[in-house]
Amino acid sequence: MSEKVLQMNNIMKIYPNGVVAVEDVTFELEKGEIHALLGENGAGKSTLMKVLFGIEAPEQGKIILNGTETTIKSPQDAIKKGIGMVHQHFMLVPSLTVAENIVLGTEPKKRGTFIDMDKAVELSQEIAEKYNFEVDVREKVEELPVGIKQKVEILKALYRGADILILDEPTAVLTPQETDELFVQLKKLREAGHTIIFISHKLDEIKEICDRATIMRNGKSKGTYFVKDISTKEMSRLMVGRDVVLTFDKKPLDLKETVLRVRNLCVSGSTGVKRVNNLSFDLKAGEIFGIAGVEGNGQGHLVEVLTGLSKKYMGEISVFGMEAKKHSIKEIRELGMAHIPEDRMTLGCAKNMNIMDNMFSNQYDSPEYSGKVMLKGKKIEKRVNELIKEYLVKCKSYKQNVGMLSGGNIQKVVVAREFSTNPKIIIANQPTRGIDVGAAAFIRQRIIEFREAGSAIILISADLNEILELSDRLAVIYKGQFAGVFNDVKNVTEGELGEYMLGIKKDDKLEGIIYEQ
Amino acid sequence: MIFEAIISPEFLNATLRATTPILFAALASAVASKSGITNMALEGIMLFSALFGVIFSAAFQSAWMGLLVTMIIGGFIGFFLAFFVLRLKTDEILAAIAINLIANGATILILLAVSGDRGVSSSIQSLQIPRIPIPVIENIPFLGRVISNQNILTYVSLIMVVVVHMFLYKTPLGLRIRAVGENKDAAESVGISSKKVKYISLIISGVLASIGGFFLSGGYLTYFTTGMSAGRGFIALAAASMGGNTPIGAFLVSILFGAAQAFANILQLGSWPYELIQMLPYFATLLGLGIYSYIRMKKRQRLTGK
Amino acid sequence: MNSNTKFNVLRTVLSVGIALLISFGIIFLTSKEPVNAIVQLLTGPLQSQRRFGNVIEAMIPLIFTGVGVSIMFAANEINLAGEGAFHLGGLVATYVALNTTLPSGISPLVCILAAGFFGAMVTTVPAVLKIKTESDVLVSSLMMNYLILYFANYVLSNFLRDPNAGAVVSFAVPQATQLNTIFTGTRIHIGLFIALAVAVFGYIFMFKTRIGYELRLTGENRSFARYSGINVIKITLISQLLGGFIFGIGGGVELLGMYNRFTWTSLLGYGWDAIIITTLAKKNPLYVPFAAFFLAYLRTGASIMARSTDVVTEIVTITQGIIILLVVAEQFLSKYKHKMIAKEAKATLTNETEGE
Repeated sequence: MSEKVLQMNNIMKIYPNGVVAVEDVTFELEKGEIHALLGENGAGKSTLMKVLFGIEAPEQGKIILNGTETTIKSPQDAIKKGIGMVHQHFMLVPSLTVAENIVLGTEPKKRGTFIDMDKAVELSQEIAEKYNFEVDVREKVEELPVGIKQKVEILKALYRGADILILDEPTAVLTPQETDELFVQLKKLREAGHTIIFISHKLDEIKEICDRATIMRNGKSKGTYFVKDISTKEMSRLMVGRDVVLTFDKKPLDLKETVLRVRNLCVSGSTGVKRVNNLSFDLKAGEIFGIAGVEGNGQGHLVEVLTGLSKKYMGEISVFGMEAKKHSIKEIRELGMAHIPEDRMTLGCAKNMNIMDNMFSNQYDSPEYSGKVMLKGKKIEKRVNELIKEYLVKCKSYKQNVGMLSGGNIQKVVVAREFSTNPKIIIANQPTRGIDVGAAAFIRQRIIEFREAGSAIILISADLNEILELSDRLAVIYKGQFAGVFNDVKNVTEGELGEYMLGIKKDDKLEGIIYEQ
Repeated sequence: MIFEAIISPEFLNATLRATTPILFAALASAVASKSGITNMALEGIMLFSALFGVIFSAAFQSAWMGLLVTMIIGGFIGFFLAFFVLRLKTDEILAAIAINLIANGATILILLAVSGDRGVSSSIQSLQIPRIPIPVIENIPFLGRVISNQNILTYVSLIMVVVVHMFLYKTPLGLRIRAVGENKDAAESVGISSKKVKYISLIISGVLASIGGFFLSGGYLTYFTTGMSAGRGFIALAAASMGGNTPIGAFLVSILFGAAQAFANILQLGSWPYELIQMLPYFATLLGLGIYSYIRMKKRQRLTGK
Repeated sequence: MNSNTKFNVLRTVLSVGIALLISFGIIFLTSKEPVNAIVQLLTGPLQSQRRFGNVIEAMIPLIFTGVGVSIMFAANEINLAGEGAFHLGGLVATYVALNTTLPSGISPLVCILAAGFFGAMVTTVPAVLKIKTESDVLVSSLMMNYLILYFANYVLSNFLRDPNAGAVVSFAVPQATQLNTIFTGTRIHIGLFIALAVAVFGYIFMFKTRIGYELRLTGENRSFARYSGINVIKITLISQLLGGFIFGIGGGVELLGMYNRFTWTSLLGYGWDAIIITTLAKKNPLYVPFAAFFLAYLRTGASIMARSTDVVTEIVTITQGIIILLVVAEQFLSKYKHKMIAKEAKATLTNETEGE
């Protein structure tokens, strides 16, 4: 039996806004293992690692490193104690060479004032060779492919003496070949006695390289398992299963005209990779079309082109017969589209302005609220007060700054604004993320009411509860494509959904995604 | 006659002279920008330095002592700016505007108090850094007349290009400055205090700018006049930015502006209206900025497929 | 008034107070009669009608530039070309006044409008440059100021110069074009009403019109404005144009009201003053006249002090710089701000949870 190199006992972390990110989690690590930490976004795995790496301090719990109880006060402290972290977003300086990045902060000197570049190269090369990383340490980081950049990050940690390496979603940015290379390196590291925490939700990779896996969901640990003893199906069930079943009263489906038509949609990301890859679907009035998927599979890019925020796409997007890229954001809104954005603070509100200003940013030139030049202040005030009441926004008055409200209430302001124009198409992107239960339930109820009134809704959500309860029709998006379509949502199991979401299963034929040719 | 004037060694000599203050300020701007802060207070620092240079060189009856004290003051102003931006979280542009304003007022105040005159410092017996001929080089035809017999500080400014380059690219501190400016998180993740680094880079920036300011009244001219920095601090900002905030780039662009200034002086020989000539350096800056930004924008668009 | 506003007002007052104290300190150090100097500074303007009139006269251009900057900075663009716009406005007003003959009712009006038009051109150059080349507005706008200055000097020396006058000044503008004095015994002119009207207009524009709303939203959160359907490029351009127009009018009014010849051979510095005013007025055009009054009072007091004691007027420039530093420093007294805001947030939250 290997020694326990790390023990995290009964860790609890509550964020200042009241959200319980990690609840009574116990996690242990044996020396020389590659240990997967699995969970969806918001499951608490990132937070747990932030606690381990000294970025966050836990409310409760003990950390025992190599048998001694310690507190980890900062990332510097963690590094000193032999814990290294390879972040998802690289901490590299692009214009510096690999060697410079590795020795940054502890640069070897010659003649007292100059960097001994030769020594730096020598030291970096040493560490690269020791672990068999093929990296040219003299190259500038900005010229390296992503896979090599990641190796540099790992080397940085090893150079500083990390025994435990935390890898945060390491393969998210790698090509399959680069992933294979990485796994070879990881195995070598394991042989050399290092212990690796592998944060991921890619089940097939975990199966390939990890020894054990701890699964987290909703801030709790769902157990630690030997990877060889558990199936991917079982893992996905533990990861995405529902704890609570919500029920909404939904009237039977009453579809009307097609409002949105998408054909062969392709959207490329900044690196040239296709983030949306040949997507086609129809949307009719009166339905809630749910798109489930792990974050980062193209949802953001899809929303951008549907709402007009980006005009860079190939294929067809027809909003009430109008091609999206030929119309301004305003025109698309005037066609009847509303957008609840994923990030309410950057896109959804102006936090230093008051509720009134925030609530009618989508109607500032409608004849009801504004003349040709002047705003109809009294009318706006009246309407805003009505909306505040209707949406139960808890505030002192409409004059209060939006930034002062709680997350749930800010989201209610956003939803109130978007819904107040009686939109015919609603794009709801993670509409209840990060808000309290009451506000979430309220918003979901409103979405159903709009469905009943004949609006068409695209609901993008990582919350399985929500999407299974609200959707009439459901598609799973994986790597920019629809992996599967479910027209009989009531009989879909979360396990099944999870398999599609995690790329285990994929259907070739997508029935019911398109209504008419 | 103008054409002959341009290709004469005197013109290039004058160019080097005019470039000197801009070059110091551009180097100052580059160092600050490399660490991630725009130092718009260069104008004020140069003005202060021009005045203090005169005052302290007279007080110590030594140009070099005057220079030394001025450099210390320049460094202090850099520290002052850093304090307000980093510690009190003042917007770096507004803080710089405040410093420039204070410089405008304070220099007149102090000038009056010390010399009794509100416009010029001629009553103060200030000393200048001298010009020196360089043996051997001065005998080279054409080049000799360009390079030799320049002010010592002009030579210093050229040497500074190399020094700052070596500092930024070959020393640990320079490495850290660049790291902090490019990716603050990366630097902090290895234990570097980005605040400390920015403080240091602003102090260095202040010192460099102060040398340029000293030269204005202690080499270029031999007295202080109110407002004599004449926007050079802002031109230097543009120069450094157009040179990619690298010492060599800043040097090349500064020479262009120095040439524009020297060219303006030549045009006075002709019948061109004096005031229109004065517009030249600023117009050159505007044009250069536009062209440079346009090229940069096109490059960015190509890279991201926009 | 919520706690945020309360705190800001408090901090502004405190900053001004500290700046004044430091200035008094400097006066003590440099003057042989410091007490007298300070008395003159603080009460000088009140000593006679003419002196108080000076305050109001000085206030007029400050109102124009303060409103101009408030509008331009509302778009979150640091466009400093207002200085040049003001200067050009004065030149254009002079030129039009000298070269046209119109009835005395509309003559000044035409001059001033022309001034505004050209002022708008000045501030638009950096704005358009940014749109077309993504170049930084800061440096390009500063360059504009110098360009305008030398250009104006050129026009003055070569086209407008009065050979009979002693100094380098233009011909005298016709009486018909000048703005009449309102109160006898002072030089306060009709421009005061225009300035106040502009301040009111600025306020209405920013807070009561559709475009003003779009502008404020764009400045606060550009992405949000764009997402809401606002054409952020158009709005930003409009704000720079309008700001420049107001600066230009300010220059025209100042020239026709206070001077009878174009005598400006160097930049007057109203562009920098505008920044202090807008900082004190929190970018709200309605507060600009008050901030302008404060600054004008200080200036007038300083020149009275300079005439009767040995302290120079530049002391006030120093005061202004200190005020900016302290007012804009977010962290200045921020501990207290957090305490105040935390108290309010807690109160709101307890209301919420109790309501549930």
